Parts: sequence; structure tokens; C-alpha cells
Amino acid sequence: MITRFRQIEMRLMGPLTMIPIVLCLVVLGTIAALPVVATILSELVADFVPAGLQRLTIVVLGTAGFVGILALNPIYSIWLERKVAAHVQDRLGPMRVGWHGLLQSFADGMKLLFKEDLVPRDADRLLFGAAPMLAVASAFAAFAIVPWGVREDGTVLAVANLNIGVLYFIAITSLGALSVLMAGWGSNNKYALYGGMRAAAQMVSYEIPTAILVLVVVAQVGSLSIPDIVNAQAGGILGVGDWLVFQLFPLNLIAFVLFFICGLAETNRTPFDIPEAESELVAGFHTEYSGMRFAFFFLAEYGNMLLVSMLAALLFLGGWIGPFGSNPLLFFIKGFGLVVVQMWLRWTLPRLRVDQLMGICWKYVIPISFFLLVVTTVIKGLL
Amino acid sequence: MAEHRSPVDGAPLVTLYDEDLPPDNSYAFSPEDLEEDEMILNMGPQHPSTHGVLRVELKTDGEIVKDARPHIGYLHRNFEKHAENIDYQGVIPFTDRMDYVGSMGNSLAYALTVEKLLGIGVGERVAGIRVITAELQRIASHLLAMGTYGMDIGAFTPFLLCFQQRERILDLFEWLCGARLLYNYNWVGGVSHDLPEGWTDKCRRFLDEFVPVLDEVDKLLSHNKIFIRRTADIGIITPEMAKDYALSGPNLRGSGIDWDLRRDDPYLGYENYDFNIVVATSPHGPVGSCWDRYFVRVREMYESVKIVRQALDRLPAEGDVHENVPRFVRPLAGEAYCRSEAPRGELAFYIVAENKKPIPYRVKGRSPCFVAMGLFHEITRGEMIADIIAIIGSLDIVLGEIDR
Repeated sequence: MITRFRQIEMRLMGPLTMIPIVLCLVVLGTIAALPVVATILSELVADFVPAGLQRLTIVVLGTAGFVGILALNPIYSIWLERKVAAHVQDRLGPMRVGWHGLLQSFADGMKLLFKEDLVPRDADRLLFGAAPMLAVASAFAAFAIVPWGVREDGTVLAVANLNIGVLYFIAITSLGALSVLMAGWGSNNKYALYGGMRAAAQMVSYEIPTAILVLVVVAQVGSLSIPDIVNAQAGGILGVGDWLVFQLFPLNLIAFVLFFICGLAETNRTPFDIPEAESELVAGFHTEYSGMRFAFFFLAEYGNMLLVSMLAALLFLGGWIGPFGSNPLLFFIKGFGLVVVQMWLRWTLPRLRVDQLMGICWKYVIPISFFLLVVTTVIKGLL
Repeated sequence: MAEHRSPVDGAPLVTLYDEDLPPDNSYAFSPEDLEEDEMILNMGPQHPSTHGVLRVELKTDGEIVKDARPHIGYLHRNFEKHAENIDYQGVIPFTDRMDYVGSMGNSLAYALTVEKLLGIGVGERVAGIRVITAELQRIASHLLAMGTYGMDIGAFTPFLLCFQQRERILDLFEWLCGARLLYNYNWVGGVSHDLPEGWTDKCRRFLDEFVPVLDEVDKLLSHNKIFIRRTADIGIITPEMAKDYALSGPNLRGSGIDWDLRRDDPYLGYENYDFNIVVATSPHGPVGSCWDRYFVRVREMYESVKIVRQALDRLPAEGDVHENVPRFVRPLAGEAYCRSEAPRGELAFYIVAENKKPIPYRVKGRSPCFVAMGLFHEITRGEMIADIIAIIGSLDIVLGEIDR
């Protein structure tokens, strides 16, 4: 009887359950194709569109492209992370879904999409619901000022070519701390609260050295606009020599390393992953989250990873400037290269304790960054 | 009510309590007693790193732990009462389930106790096989302790590297007796299966390939700066405290006390093997820290490899492993207490036997983890939440053995 019922149910439900799956595949496929299409189109269209509309076209298509990249970013980043982890740990990682598990993250994402949307009974529903959205929004919004190349006529390929782009980056990333705090408080769970408090303390502390280190760059280049900063790094031996990281050796190298460390801390990656310290706080601030809301936090985390890596590449590693001239591809390679370094660190290092983490920030990173700021400014002024 | 008196000397064995009294909840923290800014945090029984179903109640002030109370019993399976209703051989599978990641050691301790009760010994080949399996089990258990300890501190990679090697030991055991976790291998007077053909070669090959991997994991985790800073000055157990609380095994040696039953009260001919007792030297902080206990386990694995190599070399080629297995186990009235060095410390069984009965009158297990939990509140007071995890991991407890 049960078998019979199952059969009928399957026959009825089969085509119905296929509809959302097909829809999702179509949507995801479109998103996947978008960045490629948009980048090509923005290049092509720019020649045909009247001069007045050129900028608008590039902005619209570029936005679509970047949002596409961002939406897809966690999917291939998670795959990459699992592969990096697997090879660090002497195993294969996902292998079954698609070629070398390439579609594994799609399957996982699909699963999260269809999971029940659970809200704890005593949770603050407003904060609980708003936190993941704010997390994603802050991570995505920061990408607006990330330029990924410059055309021959000087047009910057970016959603917004802001002349105070660096300032905007610092402002928007601060929102991330708020979302984590909201999630921790709104869940009405002690572990989540601990995670939220830790995250707030950590992110607020590490924002200070991040800002100072950005100032180190700004003081040397004399501009708050990211394309200007990148253009100032052009030239030199093999197109590499004038990257900021090699100037005033070793001051800028130290600044770069510190900036990367602060980035790790701001994105809550190992060895600074204390807000979601799995072995201590279960899952930290997202203990109570499941399904799509949980996926949103992942989206934000991987977005932030990419953001920090790209910023480090832009500010210190010459962005799209390299040995083979200026090329957007070069910029993406640098950005994702640093993402891989983050993953590599995560699977190698243990986790710091919360007081040690704050100690490192206030006792070492902030004084050193201040020192760097003063010294580089003085040297630049003397030269 | 039946009289619970010892069949040996008639002394009362069980203290009966008054069932009409209301339950006593004074052990748990009460919310009324909290001062300002304090909070009760329940860690466990479902928590990723309380190593099973330990529940720890923490009274916290922010990240600082003011006081900690462990609550045990979530894995209580009535082992000792069960043992009063099963014949002597039938208890062995139950002992496997005590320390379920070191089953060989448990059944060995129980078999030794029953053999002492019966007054029988085992042949040289059986003793050799028992030493090999016990030491392999010690390596497997310490690998698990090492890997999960890394994971408690946040390093995930050592865990998988350790588990790969542990799997290989389990494969060897599976080949030996068909089971990977609960072996029922050590019998009274013998072992269940003789070594299969080719087993010793495979075991040797494993040892050769295992040592370099252990070196690598050791390099990756033990001397990592972050790891040392997280573990080297917390959870201090001073040598006096360790003695007062009757710690044993790696936890005791981690406090700098040179005591190992394999040397100091040898069984199975351990006195004939050449190995060192690993005692903490604590290069990174005060003696008895979490790092010391952890590192004692790491170095003990090298010593176990040495012992297994020697045991394999001098294992007699021929010999019936069932030679001394008694047809019936019916000891005379009496009692026996026998201790042995299990992976987690001094594991002992106390058996009271009635005259010519096939069923033990009373079986009592002395579990090292249970004893180690006794000083948990002492070493956690004033530490931070993250340190609680580090301390639980460094004591290397297994709840199956604590609750029994």
C-alpha cells in the first residue's frame, strides 16, 4: 500500500518538483554566463554606443558582470577551498558530482535553497532576518569601487570610479561587524552571543590598523582613488619593479603583510576565526542559522575574502599591472592567488585565543602600522 | 531487599540510599547565585568538542570562566550491573565498550584480572600477541587524542593525517579479528584468533611508514607557535596535585612524575622490553600544562613503535593461542584486583567471585578518565572559555569509560 502510494506520489510530484530545479538551473546558468558576456559586451558595445552613453553602458554591464562573479564566487570558492583542504590533508576532496567535483557546490547550494527556513522561537525575528541580508549587502556593496582594469582611452572598468574609493571601502566593510553582532544578538543563543561579541571586538579592533595601512599607501601615492593608486605602480623592471610592495623596501612589504593579516582578521579566517570557532562556540554567530540564511553568511564570507584579497592586490601588488602590460586577467589572478593563500593558511594553522588576538592587534599591529605611516610619509616628504 | 554482602568476608558491598529523599540539585549552578555580569553557559552534552557526551556547566564572566562543573552520566550503560548477570567470558564485549577507542586495553585488563582470579597464565606467543595489539591500540588511541586535540585548538589538518594512520591500525585489527572498534579479542587465557599469515610483515611495513608521518604531524602541530601559546601555560596540574588526585597514565607523566605500570608493575613480560618511560620536560612553560600532557602522548607513540618492533621480532613462530583457554570459568570464592597501563592510564578491574559460580558476584572498573575528571574544576577555574576546550582535550577523556 505504501509502495503504491509512493509510486502515485512520485508520478504526481515528479514533474512538479522538477520545476524549481529547472528554474534554478536556468537562473544559475544565466548568472554563470553573465560576467563573461558582460565583460565582452562592455568592450564591444563601447565602440558602437554614442559617446554620452558609453560610460553608462559600461557601468550597467560591469555591474551585472560583477554581481554575477560575486554570486558565483562562493560556489567556486567553496569548491576551491575543499580542494585546497583535501590536498593539504593528503586526500582527494569532492570527486563525484561533475568533473573533479566541480558541480558539488551547486548541489550543496541547491540543498540549502530547499531547506526549511527555521527561526528559533525566542529569536528577535527582525534582527535575525536582517543580519544575513546586511552581511551580503555590505560584502557586495564594497565591490562597487573595485576596478578590474583600465581601457586604453583611460576609462576605468569599474562599477563606480569613486575618487575616494579607499574611504568607501573602509566605511562599507565596517557594516560587516554590525551584521555579525545582529546575528549574534538576534539568535537568542548564548553561543551566538559569544560569537557576536567576539566578532564585534575583533572587527572593530582590526579596522583601525587596516585604515592606517591604507593611509600608508594613500600618503605615498597622494590619492584616495584606487585607479590612481594602481597607475602610480606602473613601470619599473619587467612591469613588476614599481609595485608598491617593492618600493621603500622593506617598509611597504611589512605594510602589505600586515594588511593581509588584518584582512584575515576582518574576514574571520583562521587563525583569527574565533567568532565562529567551531570547537569552542559550536558555530559562533551563525549557530542558529540554516538553509538559505546560512548560505548568505557563506556568500558574505567568501565575498569578503575575495574583497580583501583584491584590495591587497590593488593597493600593494599593482592591480592589473604586470610583466605583460596591463591586463584585467592579471588582476583576477592576483586576487584569487591571495584567496588561495588564505585557504592555505586556514588548513595549516591553529586558532588564536581571543585575548591573544586582541593583544596582537593592540600591542603589535597598530604600533607598527603607525610607525610605517610616519616613516613612509617622512621619507616621501624628503625625497 | 537482598543483602549486598561480600561472599569473601561478609562485608557490606553496597550502601543503600533512601529512595524517599527528594533529589539533590545542589551540585548544579543556580541562577539565583549569580553575581552581576555572570552567566551560566551549558557546554554539552551536544557540543563538538566535549569528546562525547560530557556536559560542563560554566559560570562565566565574559570570556573568563569563574567556575566549572562537569556533569557525567549521559553515557551510563550499567556495565558493572550487567556484569553481575553474565558469565565471566561474556563480560569481555562489555569491557570493549568502556573506552571505545582503546578496546584492546580494556579487554586485556579484564582478561588479566580473571586469569589472576583463576591462577592461570598464558603462553609466550599469546603474551607477545597481546603486547603487540595493546601497543598498536595505544598508538591508535594516542593518534586520536593528538588529532582531536589539534582540532580543538583549531588546526584541522593534523586530525586527518592522524586518522589516516589510525585507519591503518584498524585495518590490521580487522584482519586480525574481524572488528574495527570493539574487538572481543583478548579472551580469558588466550586470544580469539591467531595472527593471520602475512600479518606481521604488514604490521612491520605499517610501523616503517608510520614513523615519518608522525614526524611530519609532530612538526606541523607540536612546535607551532600559536599552538604552544594556546596550550603551554594553561591547565597546570602540579606534581603534588597529580598525586593527590591519583592521576595516571600520560596525564600523570605530563606532570613530571615518572610512573608507568609497564615498568613499575610489569605484566605480560613488559620487563623484558627495552623502552623509555616518557616524562614531561616542559620546555615551553610550567610543568603539567596541557602542552606537556599532549606531548607525552606524542612521544609515547615512538616508544610503542619500539615495543611492537621488539615483540614482533621475538614472537614464537608456533603456539596455540587457545591452549590455556579454560572450558569453564568457575573460580573458587575470592577476589582479584589487577591493574594495567591502558592508553589513558591505570585501568584496573576488581572482581569478587562466589564459589564455583560461572557468574561474577561483582565487577568494578577503575577508570583513569573518571579519576582525571575529579580535578577538572580545579584546573579550569579562572581560565577562558577557549581554554576549557583545550583542557578537556589534553586530559584525553572518553565518556564511555567515565560513565561505564
